[in-house]
Amino acid sequence: MRAQELVQGNEACARGALYAGCRFFAGYPITPSSEIMEYLAREMPKVGGICLQMEDEIASISAVIGASWGGAKAMTATSGPGFSLMQESIGYAAITETPCVIVDAQRWSPSTGQPTKAAQGDVMQARWGTHGDHPVIVLTASWVREVFEMTVHAFNLSEQYRVPVILLLDEVLAHLRENVILPEPGELEVVERRRPERLEDFKPFSNEMIVNFGEGARLMVTGMAHDEWGFPAQGQKAAEQLQRIVSKIESRADQLALYRAHFVDDADIIIISYGITSRAVEAAGHQLRAQGLAVGWLDLKTLWPFSDKLIRSCTERAQYVLVPELNLGQLVREVERAVRGRVAVEHLGRVDGYLITPQEICQRVQALLRAGVSHGL
Amino acid sequence: MDYREYLRVERLPHVWCPGCGHGMITHALACAMAELGLDPKKTVVIGGIGCSGRTAFLFNTDAMHTTHGRAVVFATGLKLVRPELTVVLALGDGDAMGIGGNHFIHACRRNIDLTAIVYNNSIYGQTGGQVAPTTPLQKKSTTSPYGNLEPPFDIARVAIAAGATYVARTTSFDFPDMVKFIKRGITHKGFSVIEVLTHCPTYYGRLNDLRDPYEMLHNLKEQTVPIEEWDSLSAEERAGKIVIGELHREERAEFVESYYRLIAQMRDGH
Repeated sequence: MRAQELVQGNEACARGALYAGCRFFAGYPITPSSEIMEYLAREMPKVGGICLQMEDEIASISAVIGASWGGAKAMTATSGPGFSLMQESIGYAAITETPCVIVDAQRWSPSTGQPTKAAQGDVMQARWGTHGDHPVIVLTASWVREVFEMTVHAFNLSEQYRVPVILLLDEVLAHLRENVILPEPGELEVVERRRPERLEDFKPFSNEMIVNFGEGARLMVTGMAHDEWGFPAQGQKAAEQLQRIVSKIESRADQLALYRAHFVDDADIIIISYGITSRAVEAAGHQLRAQGLAVGWLDLKTLWPFSDKLIRSCTERAQYVLVPELNLGQLVREVERAVRGRVAVEHLGRVDGYLITPQEICQRVQALLRAGVSHGL
Repeated sequence: MDYREYLRVERLPHVWCPGCGHGMITHALACAMAELGLDPKKTVVIGGIGCSGRTAFLFNTDAMHTTHGRAVVFATGLKLVRPELTVVLALGDGDAMGIGGNHFIHACRRNIDLTAIVYNNSIYGQTGGQVAPTTPLQKKSTTSPYGNLEPPFDIARVAIAAGATYVARTTSFDFPDMVKFIKRGITHKGFSVIEVLTHCPTYYGRLNDLRDPYEMLHNLKEQTVPIEEWDSLSAEERAGKIVIGELHREERAEFVESYYRLIAQMRDGH
């Protein structure tokens, strides 16, 4: 039996990346993500990999994309201000179908905000931060071991579907130290990019297989609208290609949805949460259940693509949905859209830099159920 | 090898305007590759955005047309994981000195083994003739309609000051020099910059009463002085002239080699 060890969230992310086979990291110092780069600066050379501190975040994500075309599994990590700077090249990764992982340890609100205070304010930016329609996968984690697992999963999805995958952490989880037993080699699946059997008739931008630079495919990679060969295209061809790259992710929304559901088949009120907030929800859920209240909770690990079907099936029997998140209302809008007015959706937001507590959730649920009773629900 | 082997000849003619100098620079790059006998399968051309960025589409090698100003950093990531590849950058003056100036100077500082050819036409051509960080004082553009008030960057001097270890400047008039300097840049171990002064008759010329491409090309010859003659000129004789030739060459630790030496120490214990 392996011993427990005390591991920080950022360290778990860095170790998860190495476990997944990441051999190129480029980043720029920023609180609260810097420990990821610090760990990899120490460990990368020992496994033959590269860890590079760049001149800014634009350089970081761009170097990651270049390294990915060289065949390396590649990652960068940042926080809000750096994440904003990366957006143009994230779009480049999306349209060129470049596997890469971007970690965003969220901090409080726009601009410099509060670098050492947690938030969940980048949910919409993670989906729509770069301009135009584009595919992206966004994952979250709530526990230190889960940070490790979701980092591995982020690489797996990125390599499998040729898409940038964003892992949203937050300041608290990034800096939190927990006693964990991290996965042993072979315990988690590690996915490698799929290569075509023959190069001769391989169209590099037609499916999820990929050939790296330097292998004789004479690739043309561009951020312009392009055909299956990578050369500029317009009109119907551009539309077809855009629809293909978006639908390769969106059409798999239900299959890509990772979550933990508790008591959702037997609940009047469903709490839907993600990331650090799910820890408070779990604690509150058990307390409320112990009080005999019909509460269920759904902890989302995949935020984007958003599975409407999952939300609908989990809220089918409920009268209320409560969405606690560390912002003024982001994922709650998707939940509202998915339930189509069939269930009353309530938001519990907090933006003072502190976490939502189990007590806050309990009080809100109790108040909602009391109100529901008084309204004859 | 024939230089055509390095080009996607089926994609010719190129998209550049009649009279533009970019085609000559691209031709020189293909000739340099051919004379060096580079393996097209182990050669990569990476361009930025703007007229020069279109170079990437013409090479029958692996090629990448990146975002504006970032070609240098895409190439940095690629070169670090695939040191055996020869990576050539086709940058515009906007890529190198405007939006990508920070990446450019840091690549010089790192001395990473890339070869940057800077197509310097002193203007933003693809977007319609706006003022560039390389537009000479008083010259007109669509965004400096009364004459440029800002002094230009001297790209080669910036590169030398920032630490590039091979720096040459020539013009699209000097075809043999373009080929020679590009070849030396590619074979040099470290960050190499070959600045090529070229002409944009469509915008720079039209807005500055220089509409004849041949005349503009000839002006490049007239305005420049080889470094071999430069030292003997007086300050008055140098006024309005630009020095060309091999301006800087030094040997200094190359970044990719340094990193792999670190890997050898940390992983393999030697």
